[in-house]
Amino acid sequence: MRSRLRGSAMTLAYERRTISRELTVDVPDQSFTVVIGPNACGKSTLLRALSRLLRPSAGAVLLDGADIHRRPAREIAKTLGLLPQSSIAPDGIGVAELVSRGRYPHQGLLRQWSREDEAVVAESMAATGVTDLADRPVAELSGGQRQRVWLAMALAQQTPLLLLDEPTTYLDIAHQIEILDLCARLHEEEGRTLVAVLHDLNQAARYATHLIAMRDGQVVATGPPQTVVTAALVEEVFGLTCRVIDDPETGTPLVVPAARRRTAIGVTA
Amino acid sequence: MIVLRTPGGVSLRLHPRALTVGLTCALLTLAVGVLALGSGDYPLSAADVLRTLAGDGTPAEEFIVHELRLPRLATAIAVGAALALAGAVFQTLVRNPLGSPDLLGFTQGAATGALVVIVVGGTSTMLSGAAAASGLATGLLVYMIAWRRGVHGYRLVLAGIGVAAILTGINGWLLTRAPLMDAARAVLWLTGSLDGRGWIHALPVLIALALLGPAVLAGAGPALRLMEMGDDSANALGVPVERLRLALLGAAVLLVSLASAAAGPVNFVALTAPHLARRLTRAPGPNLLPSALLGALLLVIADQIAQRAIPGHQLPVGVVTGLIGGGYLIWLLAAERRAGRL
Repeated sequence: MRSRLRGSAMTLAYERRTISRELTVDVPDQSFTVVIGPNACGKSTLLRALSRLLRPSAGAVLLDGADIHRRPAREIAKTLGLLPQSSIAPDGIGVAELVSRGRYPHQGLLRQWSREDEAVVAESMAATGVTDLADRPVAELSGGQRQRVWLAMALAQQTPLLLLDEPTTYLDIAHQIEILDLCARLHEEEGRTLVAVLHDLNQAARYATHLIAMRDGQVVATGPPQTVVTAALVEEVFGLTCRVIDDPETGTPLVVPAARRRTAIGVTA
Repeated sequence: MIVLRTPGGVSLRLHPRALTVGLTCALLTLAVGVLALGSGDYPLSAADVLRTLAGDGTPAEEFIVHELRLPRLATAIAVGAALALAGAVFQTLVRNPLGSPDLLGFTQGAATGALVVIVVGGTSTMLSGAAAASGLATGLLVYMIAWRRGVHGYRLVLAGIGVAAILTGINGWLLTRAPLMDAARAVLWLTGSLDGRGWIHALPVLIALALLGPAVLAGAGPALRLMEMGDDSANALGVPVERLRLALLGAAVLLVSLASAAAGPVNFVALTAPHLARRLTRAPGPNLLPSALLGALLLVIADQIAQRAIPGHQLPVGVVTGLIGGGYLIWLLAAERRAGRL
């Protein structure tokens, strides 16, 4: 298993609060890696560190073997993209204009809008199904459409690695699945390496090829969903008694929380 | 949007509307400027003014245009452009349409330095120097107070408001300490005025604009547009957000301080020009160049009104920009309310 992106013995901290110590994480190339764990387990912090937003106070994030904080930001941005949890659409901006901003790391003073930029932006909008919205103001879009537009902007950056911080938060279930299907397609068809933080265990188990389960700032288990998502691990990581059965749609593990009042029977499928 | 491409791989994006707005502002500024150079106690026709500017005037015309009126015009253009450019940068950096140097305490800081010189006594060169230095020091102070593993927009605004309040108090105290004559001079300076401005006032601002203008416009303009989308997004796209913010704040504070040193803290130009530019160009983003050109035009027009509104009596230009800028904001508020956006 090769990993272009690695976190090596990282200590991650905000001000005086330390989230993780000696945290080491490998992102397998061409994987759809999903980070799971309870609230405040440090999964978003891990993603911030991997995406250069948080500098580890010890250890390092390595991209192709080099510390990402020692290379020019623009160079990194051609390899490693991020869809942040919250972004602000500037006042009055249109969809195509916003998506085109994803080309920034590839542009320069005399290379403001090449044919390649134009083609990549069109492709990204087509891939996310927002071509018809090109001239609409972003402010008028629904939550699901807006998230697809932000994803299109991240795609236009054309990075082989793309990090997504809770890309489905604030979306209803249909739009959650729509975004995740889109991610799965990007992963399969374009061979991009994706790393996402997700809240929903069952969605994680269904879409991920590689899971990283965290608790209290540490990695508890890693591997394919079939080996990671077990009743014992869910109990250990989330403190939730449950059964794990086969997802009738995909055969991936499906977590069914134990009903209140009934004694948990802990059957693993 | 128009795209120009050359076979060598050079590609440029042009926004026709923004270009039109910028060009119109520049031409109008020149036109009003020629009128301004021709009007006064010794009127000259536009043709005379142009002939004199070309170096073909009589000695009297040369003196009136080059020594008396051109420095004032140049100061107005430079101060207007500097304030508006800085205002556009501030508004984008703090992501607040009210993020002007007045709100952030920088003009109050410049005023403190000027007041100290007026109260203690000193030349007008010393006054300009003190205003510029204390404006910069205030910028540094606000940045240091707001800094906590990086500076965020709202912390900068809060720190700025706090520092502005303290400095306003200090400025008031300094005014009460001044003898009556000095206090009158101080109040005139605090209002913002272009009376009797010479090359010594215009040059520092012009030089700062010539050096910082292209750096801000070409070097940081595209990155500043990305910073509107939040620090995380800009970082992810490869913008070194924290370093760029410090550099841009430094440049904008320098421009405001030098502009205040030249003409006093002229009201509302930094706040109004970027708003107006955005409405005229209808382009999202900081609209840096249209803002700067519009700022120059606004101040040149305001100075003409200040000199001519009341015959035989000159108003300080800050009074006019305050009336225009304040009036515009109230109109904007009413328009937005009618449109149901507010």
